Amino acid sequence: MAARTSSRAGIAWHATPLAPLVLVSGPEDLLAERAVGLVIEQARATHGEVEISDVDAAAYESGMLDVLASPSLFGEPRVVVVRRVEACNDAFLTDALEHLDHLADDVHLVLQHGGGVRGKKLLDAVKSAGHPVVVCEAIKKDSDKTAFVSDELRRAGRRADAGGVRALVEAVGSDLRELASAVAQLVADTKGTIGAQVVEQYYGGRIEATGFRVADAAVAGKVAESVALLRHAMSTGVDPVPLVAALAAKLRTLAKVAAMRGRSGMSAGDLGLAPWQVDRARKELGRWTPETLAAAIDAVAQADAEVKGASRDPRFAVERAVLRVATAAASD
Amino acid sequence: MSVWDDVVGQEAAVRTFREAVADPRAMTHAWLVTGPPGSGRSTAARAFAAALQCPDDGCGHCHECTTVLGGTHPDVTLVATERLTIGIEETRGLVALAQRAPSQGRWRVVVVEDADRMAERTSNVLLKAIEEPPERTVWLLCAPSPQDVVVTIRSRARLVGLRVPPPEAVAELLVTRDGVDPEIAHVAARAAQSHVGVARRLARDPEARERRSKVLSIPASIRGVGDAVLAAGELVEIAQADAKAATADRDAAERAELLRSLGAEGETRLPPALRAQLTQLEKDQKRRATRVQRDVLDRAMVDLLSLFRDVLMVQLGAGLELMNVEHREVVTELAQSSTPEQTLHRMDAIGVARTRLAGNVAPLLAVEAMTLAFRPQVRQLG
Ligand SMILES: [Zn+2]
Repeated sequence: MAARTSSRAGIAWHATPLAPLVLVSGPEDLLAERAVGLVIEQARATHGEVEISDVDAAAYESGMLDVLASPSLFGEPRVVVVRRVEACNDAFLTDALEHLDHLADDVHLVLQHGGGVRGKKLLDAVKSAGHPVVVCEAIKKDSDKTAFVSDELRRAGRRADAGGVRALVEAVGSDLRELASAVAQLVADTKGTIGAQVVEQYYGGRIEATGFRVADAAVAGKVAESVALLRHAMSTGVDPVPLVAALAAKLRTLAKVAAMRGRSGMSAGDLGLAPWQVDRARKELGRWTPETLAAAIDAVAQADAEVKGASRDPRFAVERAVLRVATAAASD
Repeated sequence: MSVWDDVVGQEAAVRTFREAVADPRAMTHAWLVTGPPGSGRSTAARAFAAALQCPDDGCGHCHECTTVLGGTHPDVTLVATERLTIGIEETRGLVALAQRAPSQGRWRVVVVEDADRMAERTSNVLLKAIEEPPERTVWLLCAPSPQDVVVTIRSRARLVGLRVPPPEAVAELLVTRDGVDPEIAHVAARAAQSHVGVARRLARDPEARERRSKVLSIPASIRGVGDAVLAAGELVEIAQADAKAATADRDAAERAELLRSLGAEGETRLPPALRAQLTQLEKDQKRRATRVQRDVLDRAMVDLLSLFRDVLMVQLGAGLELMNVEHREVVTELAQSSTPEQTLHRMDAIGVARTRLAGNVAPLLAVEAMTLAFRPQVRQLG
């Protein structure tokens, strides 16, 4: 097996190696699952039949690791996956630290740690012994999601243009699994470069897309269009809460990009924004002053309170907020 | 020593409770203990419960006293919800429990720490039990104010009002009971605005003090709309970190305890029936995390409010001692760079944000609207 040097940033999930010990670290479940899957896949490819055990570190009992992961007389190849090391009990910590000194070649131990300080001593010991560390960082910001989509497509031998990626993130970006399966579906069902139009065909009816379209129209000062889109969304049963959230997110982006102007060292990535969001916000900011922007954010906060119970007519509360935002952007 | 030692600065209330313990004619079956957050409602209710069980009317060291205060006395049930509401099923369970005679103590006591978190329908279930209580059963309901519980319950319970204790009394408690340095105790008690639990955490945990300082440094850092929105993000992140620190260990311990009690410790694969229990626990923990986060964020708002109260005192030349003595520089800077009208407007904005948070508004959005009001440009009520 080729030795792998792990960089300080760690290994990406898709480069997960087969090794006596692999640490899968970080909060992004989907990526951690894939990394664990890759170890099992490679173990099967190398050894043929392998025995797989799955242990919850919070429910660990003293001595289990010895039973499951020590080299045996017959040398059956095995994969032992220990999940949720971040919630492990003390018994596991003690045994795992001890076990680091007697790893076996035909047993592949995978430690999955979701983040946090618990078990830090173990993580440090694993890292300083030079074992591979696969890093599964949280994918929360839009810029991370954009990178994730491009990455998924590239590995599938496909690409999307900027508008296509953006439309996809807006439509199904709130859930990473959904985003991944949407990419898989588009790869399977379509040909050529994936553009915004194709995404719209497949995922255009989604709540988020609708919410973002209303918000886009509103901050661009398109009063009639934003209200028409809003009414359409609500007539198809879209809940007011995500509509308000989309407005808030849009105004937040404008304010953050406004903050970038005055600070030279600040990049789009620092603010959790994708480059296209920044470009777009820069254009939209032309319609806004600090005062109108502040008033719009307050109006949306008020609308959020109203749709969550402070008003008897949540639909009207959203419409009023959309109108306030759109007319603020429309006035010169 | 007595069970009343921890009930700080509540002489009148303690007198009422002691009379009830000593004289059966002054005793009643339902009590409503009210007072603002930090006045020590649950501490007072527990002390009263202990005094009721103690053969010595609350000596503080006998078996009855220590088990009640420690939450393990079989005849004293403490209901402290981490949820936003107390469920109707849970309440029915309490009502059934209250029908039983005490197993060994003198009374069966049910302490409901958040009686304000009860929907009206749930309150009605409770009402029936309070109307016709068994002879040896006592209900101790706690709420921020009498108006927080439905009038039918309020009218059947004996009211005991608590006040926010003076900071000197809280500091003294920290010194005598927790062995805190008097200087630190004084600063912490003022900064916590006499909230005993918060003061204790500030006095003992340097990281908590650090987080509080960060929160208080926010207003002076805001120049424009962009700063305000970024600062709001930072504030919400600090609150999340604080809430996480408060719950992480407890979550892990509860999980291990559940698995142990199910006899599933060390099982690699849980059978579906047990998995369901685990899922339920995870749901409860998530709900609790939401509430803790909300509470912590509200605490940050209270801290900011105390900062602006100090600012206003300086602007008006009132000459009172600052609540945030450690942050005199920030207070002075804000006092010089704004007018009293602006300070009042900022305090209003904090109040609005608290109301919105209580009404379930997205935390980041509510905080953004608040920090926007901290901009130097904002001169009048918007
Ligand atoms: Zn006693």
